[in-house]
Amino acid sequence: MPVITYRDALNQALREEMQRDDRVFLMGEEVGVYQGAYKVSKGLLQEFGEMRVVDTPITELGFAGVGVGAAMVGLRPIVEFMTWNFALLALDQVVNAAAKMLYMSGGQYPMPMVFRGPNGAALQLSAQHSQAWESWLAHIPGLKVLAPGTPYDAKGLLKSAIRDDNPVVFLEGEMLYNTKGEVPEEDYLVPIGKAELKREGEHCTIVSHGKMVLVAMQVADQLAKEGITIDVVDLRTIRPMDVDTVVTSVRKTNRAVVVEEGWEFCGVGAQVADYIQRECFDDLDAPVLRVHQADVPMPYAKAIEKAAKPDVRKTIDAVKRVMYLES
Amino acid sequence: MATKVVMEALSPTMEEGRLVKWLKNEGDQVKSGEPLAEVETDKAVMEIVARGDGILRKRLAAEGQTAPVGALIGVIGGSDEDIGALVGEGTKAEGSSGGANAGPPAQQAAAASVKPSKPSRAAEGIPSPQAEKTDPPSEDQAEVDVVDPDASGESGTADVDRDPASDQASGEDTAQAAGGRMGNAAPRHRPPSGAQPATEQPSHAERDGERPKSSPLARRLASEKGMDLQNVRGSGPAGRIIKRDIEAAATAQAASAGAGAVSNGPSAEHADFEDIPLSPIRKTIAKRLIQSIGPIPTFYLTAEFDMARASEMRSAMGEMGDEFKVSVNDIVMKAVAIALSRHPEVNAHWLGDRIRVFNRVHLGMAVAIPEGLITPVIFDADGKRMSQISVEARELAKRARDRKLKPEEYTGATFTVSNLGMFGIDQFTAIINPPESAILAVGSVEEKPVVVGGEVVARKRMRVTLSCDHRVIDGATGAKFLQTLRRLIENPLMMVY
Amino acid sequence: MLLQRRFEEKVAEAYALGKIGGFCHLYIGQEAVGTGAISVLRDDDYVVTSYRDHGQALARGITPRAVMAELFGRSDGCSKGKGGSMHLFDRNTNFLGGHGIVGGHIPLATGVAFAIKYRGGDQVCLCFFGEAAVNNGAFHEALNMAALWKLPVIYVIENNRYGMGTALERASAINDIAERACSYDMPNEVVDGQDVFVVREAIARAVTRARKEHTPTLLEMRTYRFMGHSMSDAVSGTYRTKEELEEHMKRDPIEVLRGQMEEMGDWNDENMTTLDNEVREVVEDSWNFADNSPEPSIEALHENVLVDTTSDAEASAAVAGD
Repeated sequence: MPVITYRDALNQALREEMQRDDRVFLMGEEVGVYQGAYKVSKGLLQEFGEMRVVDTPITELGFAGVGVGAAMVGLRPIVEFMTWNFALLALDQVVNAAAKMLYMSGGQYPMPMVFRGPNGAALQLSAQHSQAWESWLAHIPGLKVLAPGTPYDAKGLLKSAIRDDNPVVFLEGEMLYNTKGEVPEEDYLVPIGKAELKREGEHCTIVSHGKMVLVAMQVADQLAKEGITIDVVDLRTIRPMDVDTVVTSVRKTNRAVVVEEGWEFCGVGAQVADYIQRECFDDLDAPVLRVHQADVPMPYAKAIEKAAKPDVRKTIDAVKRVMYLES
Repeated sequence: MATKVVMEALSPTMEEGRLVKWLKNEGDQVKSGEPLAEVETDKAVMEIVARGDGILRKRLAAEGQTAPVGALIGVIGGSDEDIGALVGEGTKAEGSSGGANAGPPAQQAAAASVKPSKPSRAAEGIPSPQAEKTDPPSEDQAEVDVVDPDASGESGTADVDRDPASDQASGEDTAQAAGGRMGNAAPRHRPPSGAQPATEQPSHAERDGERPKSSPLARRLASEKGMDLQNVRGSGPAGRIIKRDIEAAATAQAASAGAGAVSNGPSAEHADFEDIPLSPIRKTIAKRLIQSIGPIPTFYLTAEFDMARASEMRSAMGEMGDEFKVSVNDIVMKAVAIALSRHPEVNAHWLGDRIRVFNRVHLGMAVAIPEGLITPVIFDADGKRMSQISVEARELAKRARDRKLKPEEYTGATFTVSNLGMFGIDQFTAIINPPESAILAVGSVEEKPVVVGGEVVARKRMRVTLSCDHRVIDGATGAKFLQTLRRLIENPLMMVY
Repeated sequence: MLLQRRFEEKVAEAYALGKIGGFCHLYIGQEAVGTGAISVLRDDDYVVTSYRDHGQALARGITPRAVMAELFGRSDGCSKGKGGSMHLFDRNTNFLGGHGIVGGHIPLATGVAFAIKYRGGDQVCLCFFGEAAVNNGAFHEALNMAALWKLPVIYVIENNRYGMGTALERASAINDIAERACSYDMPNEVVDGQDVFVVREAIARAVTRARKEHTPTLLEMRTYRFMGHSMSDAVSGTYRTKEELEEHMKRDPIEVLRGQMEEMGDWNDENMTTLDNEVREVVEDSWNFADNSPEPSIEALHENVLVDTTSDAEASAAVAGD
C-alpha cells in the first residue's frame, strides 16, 4: 500500500470527490493560485478551474455564508479555513446558519457542506493561532465534527464528509500534514461516527482524537516496554461520538485517560468522561483523568509553550495515576 | 449476664487471628482482664483477655483455628445462666469450623456467626445517648445517606465489625439514626420495597464516617466475590480500595482455605512437597513487600566503610568490662540515628499525596524470627546514648524472637536498618518498608586488602547499601547521608562531638 | 398588499391572544417593497430575507394558511412549526427563509447567486434586509464578493428609517446608503418604496442586469414601518414622534396604489370593499386552519437535526440533488 502524507491523503480525497460529483467545489483563502496555504489543494485549480476552486478575499464570514447559500440550492461546497482560528469570524454562518437550516426549515433545506482546515497548535504561533476548537463546534446540534489523526482516516473521512448531506466540521492539523501513513489506492470511505481501536491492551484506555492520537500511540509504545498495555481508542468522529467503542474498552481495562489538544474546561474530554461515568460506573477502578492544554492562552516562548501542551510525558503520568502506579 | 469472647483486633493491621492456645478451660472461673487465650496476629502472639467476670462456659474456637476479627470464639457466663442463644450462634461457627479441618473455610463460617447478631441488637432499639449527641439525624445527612445506593448494596454482604467493643454502641447508634431518618427525609428516597423495619437500616448507616473508600469496580468485584470491604485494605490514594486490593485479598483467602485443606488432608503426608499454610505474619510480609517492589521506584547506593577505628573502639570498650561492650550493630545504629537527624529528608514517609519528614528519629531494626521478620523500633534513637541503644536493641530482639512484642513496639519507625552481617553476608539490598522511604542494609565486617597510601594493606571493611524511594530521596540526597554516615562510623569519636 | 395588511392585523390580534409567541415583526407600511419586488421574479428565482418576512412570504406565494400555521407553531406551518415568525421557509416557491441574525443572510443570498452562476443559470436571487444591516461586516463582505465575481443577486435595502429604535442618522456615517455600493463599483439606486410601480420598475432594471450581465445591484427602498419594531415595541415608542409617524402614514402604500388605480379609472370604492371582504375571508380562513392544525408531535423534536444518513451516501445525494 502506498505510504503518503496526511496532506496528500486530503488532496486525493478532494480530487476524487470533485471528479466524482461536479456539485462539489472548494472555496477559501489561497486555495487556488497559491495552491493552498498548506498545499492541501495543490493542483486542483489546474484540474478543475476557477469556478470549482475559488480563491476568496480574506472574508471568513462572507465566504462561509456563500457556502451556506450555495448548499441551500444544491451545491456541495467545501469551505476551507486557512486555520480554524480565523473561522471564529465565520461562526455565525457555521452555527446559526449551517447547523440550524435543516431544523428551522422543517427539514426542507439540508446543508451538504464541509467546513475544513487546520485546528490546534503548531509551533510557536502563540495565542491567536494556536487553538483547538472541537469542543466549541461539537457543542452544536446539527453539526458533525470529525478529527482524523492518520492519513488513512483523513482521506476516508473527508470523502465521507463530502458525501454527507449534513454540515460537517473537519478538523485537520498543521503538525499532521507532513505525517505519513498507508493509504490505499482504491476508493474507500471511513464511516462517520465510528471510532477505531488503534491499539489493543488491557491495562488502561486512552481516548483521543486528531493529533493527540499520535501522542496516544507513542504512550502505548513506551508503556509497553514497562509491561503496561494500552487500548488506544481513536474517536475519529467527535460528534456523533461512538460511545460504544469507548465503553467497551473501558469495561475491559477499568480505567481511562482522555487526551485532547484543547483546554480542560468544557472540553471534549469532559464529554467523554461523562459518557464513561454514566456507562461504566461499576467498571471504574479509578477516576477518569484528562490530559489537555494548560488553562492559559498559548505562549510564544518555546519552553513554556511546550509546558502548555499535552504530551507523551503528561499522558504517561496520567496513565500511571489511574493505574495507581507512581511515576 | 453473659459476656462474649470475640477475636479482637490485636494489631493495627490485623484482619484475622489464629487461636494458638486456650489458657482457660471450660468451667474455669475468670475475672475481667484475665488472659483467656493466646492468639497469633499478623505480627505477634498476643493474649485475649476476659471482658467480664464469670465462668468460661464455652470455647467456640478450636486451638489452631483461624477466625476473623469480630468472630465469636467463646462465652463467659454465670454457672447456671442460659447461654443457649449465644452458643447457638457459636455452634454454627463450630459446626462448620470443625470445617477448618473438613469443610468450608472457618472465616466464612465465623463471619456468618457474627452477622445475625447485629440486627438483633439493633432491633432492641435501645436509644443511645451517645447517638443523640454525636449523630443527630439532620435532614441533610439523612438525604445523602439514604440515597447512597452503594452503601445499601454493601449492606447485603457479610458484615464483620473491626471492633466488637464498639459494636454494641454503633448498632444502637444506627437504629436510632435510622429511625430518625425514616421520620424525616427517608420516605422520599426510599424505593417502594424499602418500607422495612429499621433493623434493615443499620448495616450501612453504621458505616457513617468509617465507610471504606473504594473504587466502583472494587465494590462490584467485592460484591461478586461476597467479600466485605471492611476486611480489605486499600492501597490507593487515601486508602482507596481498588481492584488489585480485592484481587490480593481474594487470593489470600483462597490460599488460606486451600492450604488448610491440603495440609490436613490424608494424602499430604507422603507428598514430595510440603504446603505450609501462610501464617498471618507471612501474609503480611508478602503483602507489604509486593507493595514495595511494585509501586516504589527504588534505587540503591552502596558504600564501603573502613572499620578500623570502630573496631578499635569496640575492643577498647570491651577491655573496660562487659557492661561497656558494644556490638558493631550498636555503633551502626547510633551513627545512623545521628546521620538521620542531620539529614531529615532521608528520615521521611511517603504518604501518597505528601512527604512527611520527621524531626524525631524512630529507628526500626529488622529482626529475624523463625516465622519471618519483624522490625521493633528504638524510639528517639538520636537522643539516646549508645549504651541505651545497645540495651534496648538486645531487649527488643529477644522479645521479638519470643513473640512478645506489643504492637506499639513494632510500629512507627521512621527509618529501618537491616543487618545481615552476622550471617556473613557482605553486601545486600533491603526492601523498603512503606511508607518509610529508605532502608539501610548492613553487611559483615571483613578484612580486605585495600590500597592505603599506595600500599596494599589489610583493613577491616563493612559495606552498606541504602535503598531509597526515589519519590522522596534523590541520588545526591542519599549519597550525602551516606557521606555523613561514613564520617561517623569511620571516626566514632565524631559521635560524641 | 391588502392581503398582507389584513394578515398582519390578524397576526397582531392572534399575538395579543397568545396564539402566536416569540418575536414577531409586522410588515405593515412596507408592503409595496416586497410586493413590487417579488412580482417581477420568475418562479425559479430565489428570495432570501430577514426576520420581517410574513409579507414577503405571502407575496412569494406561500399560502396564508401555511404562514399562519407556522406563526401558530403548528405542524402544517411552512416550516412545520419549527421556525416560527422569523424563519418562514418554502422549498416550492424558492423562499429560502427568514433569517434572524441581522445581516447574516446577506452572504447566504450571495452564495445562492454563486450557485446560479456555477450552474450557468439565468435566475436571480433577491435579498431583503433593513437599512441597519448595511453597517454590518457581513453586508460588505458579501457585496464585495458579489461584485468581484459578478453574481446575479439583487440586494434590497428596506430603509424604514430605524434599526429597531436607532435612527439611520444615529447609526450610519452616510445617510444615502445606496452609496455604499460605490465601494464595490456596484450599480445602485434610491427608490420610493411606498410606490409599488416604482419598486417594480427599479427591480426590473436590476433583474435584467442580473440575468444578462450577472451583475449585482444594490437598491435602497425608502419606506416606513407603521408599527413598532416588533410586537413588544410601542407603535411610536421613544425614538420617533407621533407626528412623524402620522406624517409617514399619509403615504400608506396601499392608499398610494389605490389612488393610482382610481386615476387609471379601473378602481372604485365598491371594488375596494369587495376585495377587502375577500381578503378578510382568506385571512379568517388562515386563522381557522392554523388553529385546527395539530401541534408538532413530540417525535418531531428530534427530527431534522441532521439528515439521516444511515442508509448512506447514495440516498442522501438524492435529497440535495436540485
